[in-house]
Amino acid sequence: MAAEIGSARHVLELSGINKSFGPVVANKDVNLSVKAGSIHGIVGENGAGKSTLMSILYGFYQADSGTIRIDGREVGIPDSRAAIAHGIGMVHQHFKLVENFTVLENIILGAEEGAFLSSSRRKARLELQRLAKEYELQVDLEAVTEDLPVGVQQRVEILKALYRQARILILDEPTGVLTPSEADHLFRILRRLRDEGKSVILITHKLREIMDATDTVSVMRRGELIATAPTASMTKESLAELMVGRRVLLRVDKSPSQPGEVVFDVKGLNVRDQRGVRMVKDVSLSVRAGEIVGIAGVAGNGQTELLEALAGNRVPDSGTVRLNGEEIAADPFRRRAAGVAHVPEDRHAIGLILSFPLRENASLGYHRRPEFGTSPMLKRSQLQHYAQDYISDYDIRPPNPDLRTSLFSGGNQQKIVLAREIEHDPEMLLVGQPTRGVDIGAIEFIHRRLIELRDQNKAILLVSVELDEIRALSDRILVMFDGAIVGEASPDASERELGLLMAGVTQEDQGRG
Amino acid sequence: MASFLNIRQIVDFAILPLMNVAVALLISGLVVLFVGQNPLEAVGYLVSGALGSGEGIGFTLYFATSFMFTGLAVAVASHAGLFTIGAEGQAYLGGLGIALVCLALDKVVPWYVTLVPAAMAGMLFGAAWAFIPAYLQARRGSHLVITTIMFNFIASSVMIYVLVNLIKEPGSMAPQTRLFDAGGLVPKLGEILPVDIGTAPLNISLFIAIAAAVFVWVLIWKTKLGFEIRATGANPAAARNAGIGYVKITIVCMLISGALAGLAGVNILMGDLGKLQLDFPAGIGLVGVAVALMGRGHPVGIAVASVLFGVLYQGGAEISFWMPNITRELIMLIQGLVILFAGALSLMFRSSVYSLVDLFRFSKREA
Amino acid sequence: MQEFLTTVILLLSSTLRLSVPLVLCGLAGLFSERSGVWDIGLEGKMLFAAFAAAAAAYQFDSAWVGLVFAILVAVLLSLIHGFASVTHQGNQIISGVAINFISSGLTVLLAVGWFALGGRTPQLQPEARFPTVILPFAEEMRPVPVLGAIYADLISGYNILVYVAFAAVPVTWWVFHHTRFGLRLRAVGENPAAVDTAGISVDWLRYRALLCGAILCGIAGAYLSIAQSAGFVREMSAGKGYMALAALIFAKWRPVPVLFACLLFGFLEALSIRFQAFDFGLGPALSTQIVQSLPYVLTVVLLAGFMGRAIPPKAGGIPYTKER
Repeated sequence: MAAEIGSARHVLELSGINKSFGPVVANKDVNLSVKAGSIHGIVGENGAGKSTLMSILYGFYQADSGTIRIDGREVGIPDSRAAIAHGIGMVHQHFKLVENFTVLENIILGAEEGAFLSSSRRKARLELQRLAKEYELQVDLEAVTEDLPVGVQQRVEILKALYRQARILILDEPTGVLTPSEADHLFRILRRLRDEGKSVILITHKLREIMDATDTVSVMRRGELIATAPTASMTKESLAELMVGRRVLLRVDKSPSQPGEVVFDVKGLNVRDQRGVRMVKDVSLSVRAGEIVGIAGVAGNGQTELLEALAGNRVPDSGTVRLNGEEIAADPFRRRAAGVAHVPEDRHAIGLILSFPLRENASLGYHRRPEFGTSPMLKRSQLQHYAQDYISDYDIRPPNPDLRTSLFSGGNQQKIVLAREIEHDPEMLLVGQPTRGVDIGAIEFIHRRLIELRDQNKAILLVSVELDEIRALSDRILVMFDGAIVGEASPDASERELGLLMAGVTQEDQGRG
Repeated sequence: MASFLNIRQIVDFAILPLMNVAVALLISGLVVLFVGQNPLEAVGYLVSGALGSGEGIGFTLYFATSFMFTGLAVAVASHAGLFTIGAEGQAYLGGLGIALVCLALDKVVPWYVTLVPAAMAGMLFGAAWAFIPAYLQARRGSHLVITTIMFNFIASSVMIYVLVNLIKEPGSMAPQTRLFDAGGLVPKLGEILPVDIGTAPLNISLFIAIAAAVFVWVLIWKTKLGFEIRATGANPAAARNAGIGYVKITIVCMLISGALAGLAGVNILMGDLGKLQLDFPAGIGLVGVAVALMGRGHPVGIAVASVLFGVLYQGGAEISFWMPNITRELIMLIQGLVILFAGALSLMFRSSVYSLVDLFRFSKREA
Repeated sequence: MQEFLTTVILLLSSTLRLSVPLVLCGLAGLFSERSGVWDIGLEGKMLFAAFAAAAAAYQFDSAWVGLVFAILVAVLLSLIHGFASVTHQGNQIISGVAINFISSGLTVLLAVGWFALGGRTPQLQPEARFPTVILPFAEEMRPVPVLGAIYADLISGYNILVYVAFAAVPVTWWVFHHTRFGLRLRAVGENPAAVDTAGISVDWLRYRALLCGAILCGIAGAYLSIAQSAGFVREMSAGKGYMALAALIFAKWRPVPVLFACLLFGFLEALSIRFQAFDFGLGPALSTQIVQSLPYVLTVVLLAGFMGRAIPPKAGGIPYTKER
């Protein structure tokens, strides 16, 4: 399938693209060429500039300088409308769908035929039938979008682009919300599109995906596109090294765990989400002192609600949560007071107050502890003291506790949350997506810190959609699917075994099959 | 780094409020022109009436005192992310509490004994009037703006009934109580300080207002409760996760807000009118909204904004005296414009002022 | 029996007349809030429109000219709201409140400045007010028992704006669900990013929604001052704009339930007028005050959501910025 570079045409060429936002240089002299009929991967860390580049391609931003050529002709892309007209379609990481619209309404939005809707609906139905058959993209057109599983919603996004006759399809981190088998199905669809002569640009930070699914790969680092090569000529290690600029340890060294007594015990937990849908179905689990229990699973299978209920942020329908044998009330203040700390999945939404100085975030939620005294006054010197300690112990930069938290990088922000939750000596730590949006250097630090905590005989429950992270850190793995724990595995289990569990194929089924 | 912070504060608390008022005055001047009057003449009366004599200044500061109470009331709530229009009704009900205490004690004890229970009654009644909207917002998500406006209307009905049927001065047709005796009247500033303020009712409530401002400053920025209030206003989900109860903060904040609004009655009833009469707040709650926005929720800014509005009120009275075709509603228009500029269009003003400041600093550096 | 029927018909026709400004404002709020822009300024827009209608109707001796000016003024205020909320992404609640204050002040200021009547506009002659629409055969049908009276007094005999207001409800429903504009409007209030990535301007869509609302508000204001009354009186909107908002929230932002909620408010007001000096056994003074405050109390009760939690348009109140 390897097409010769000379003979295949370049359907898309970006030359000398520069883009800055004030003092921040997002893209620096980027040159990218994409062939027709290929799957081209773009890999890089957070902040490397991939999203900005794609935003320029999709008309969200204008490049400060540089040219874009489509089929050899120079084009301007002043807005999304122009991008669509040039045959560029984008499937975003966070879907741009209207939740309470039907699938059909979402697809025709913006591509309607005339001012009245009846003709648009008719035309769309015919065309979508054809597309569904051709690319294996079956979806119920009358279904309400928010009721559909995430994998199907993604298909709606792809159909949207194809309905508008996209020839260049950009996918931004598409597999974060898919099981391994759904991801495979997606790649089959992408290969079909490629074989029909369309071009696919796949943006991802997952090295394995690049190796499995792409023909060509470009690496971006700190705003520059530093290398492009056929995927076959690269390895995961060489890619990682290019991404970071130095040799990277993809695994953390750790000694085997020596778990003690059961510290944290959950029985029969049932939780609904804000729409009243049951998301956690009768879950029971336990965590011992000195052990890390990892919960693996594709996003959306109830892990978020489980973590929220365990942290006290969501009241369960039924079930008990015990710490050292005593039941603890479903209230974040009381959970913390009892000794359960929580590093939330979404630090921006609930972990930090971005407009506050670092000094205040460093003690958010702990400011009424005995350490801070019983007076109603809040002593700035005390806040400063804790903040300074965390800054030096966790290597937070810039080391300025008066600076607004929003000005720190994702990794540093996560370190402050981690420091805050760990340093008041909790018995039990709940942690969700600890390295989301965090650069590789900070990832190593955070992973090491969690292992250290475990070695101090604390209990940790880790929830992550990154299977590699789960396998690297956990002593025991529980897999969640559709709100229930469907199986337990050791970190040495094969990815195939874990992938099947994540897709809901339980161990009995696996045994049978 | 330190000097830049100071510039920011100067811009925020002095330059921007003045700019807001200036643009509002400019537009109002155009309206005055539009109705066939002379805006420059109006400005002349404004300035002379408000600042041209001891008496004028006295009136200006008297009005400013009331605005400080309601401005602080709105500001405290705003730090928790709550936008309240209810200071008007809360001040009104607070006045009822004050009047009841004064009517009970004024013939029996001197003013400095009456003052404390009266102020406390004012705060209690004001807080009570804020409770239901607060509870509904906290527990049912009912929009505070609408519920507090409704409660202002309902307060009107309640007070009409009370004043006409329950505590009216016997033998009189007017909907008001009897006059308070000496025990229910606080001394004017002219009586205890060597200043000549003529007939202006500027009284010791001014000091209570200043104390309230200091209290709010300490509360919001120096206490744990204040930290929780600010956190709730900045990011309610993060505050909740940190164990800060949204219901508790909402209700506590609004009770404090209602109490502050209720204190305004001390200035007006015990300091000026000497009786409880229909519709005595006459809009101070609404001015409080403008003052809080202009002062960006900070007691210093609120003090500055209160004085500015005091100037507008006293100057406005002077204008409508000499130019009868321009009514007090001019001030309401200016209020609305200030709210628009300080509240909704604040970004527009701030960014242009900051760019000017940056430009200035750069050129200085190069010179 | 006849007297009962007459009373009922009078009460119902009163209800219909009194709910007109609420229905129009409610639909106006529907347009802007479904597009994601909170519209607290309905009260001020209606008030100012009422003033403009009365002033213009007096000046030009024509109700229709008054209507045009009412709409123009409402459009102007909506553009200010849009400028602050959409273009400059300011706080939409504050912007709405500001518009209400500005209207309160400016209307009286201009009224006194131009007419020197203490805040009113001069009494309008019948030629400057809207004519009553008598449906065909209404008089002929009146003697028919029950149905005749209903047709003649309950269905026929209103001024034209009343019919416009009630017709606006199905028209609004149709626009929302069967036109391209309606589809996009609903989308932009739920997920503006979806609209943006489809290549449609979020801001322009929201401005258009505000303009639709402005037209309806203008008609509401004109109704108040030149159809229902014979001139402008200060603060004549008396909180109706807020009641319309409460009705909107109670109706969960859908056109037909908005109609019913507004009719409920109208019914309360009709009752309070009909039974003005009625003593409920609590004494006439207290009864009067209770009846007067009922619409405001009902607003609070509706907002307290004892009839189920209302979920607003997801993007409501949040200014749209592109993600970085």
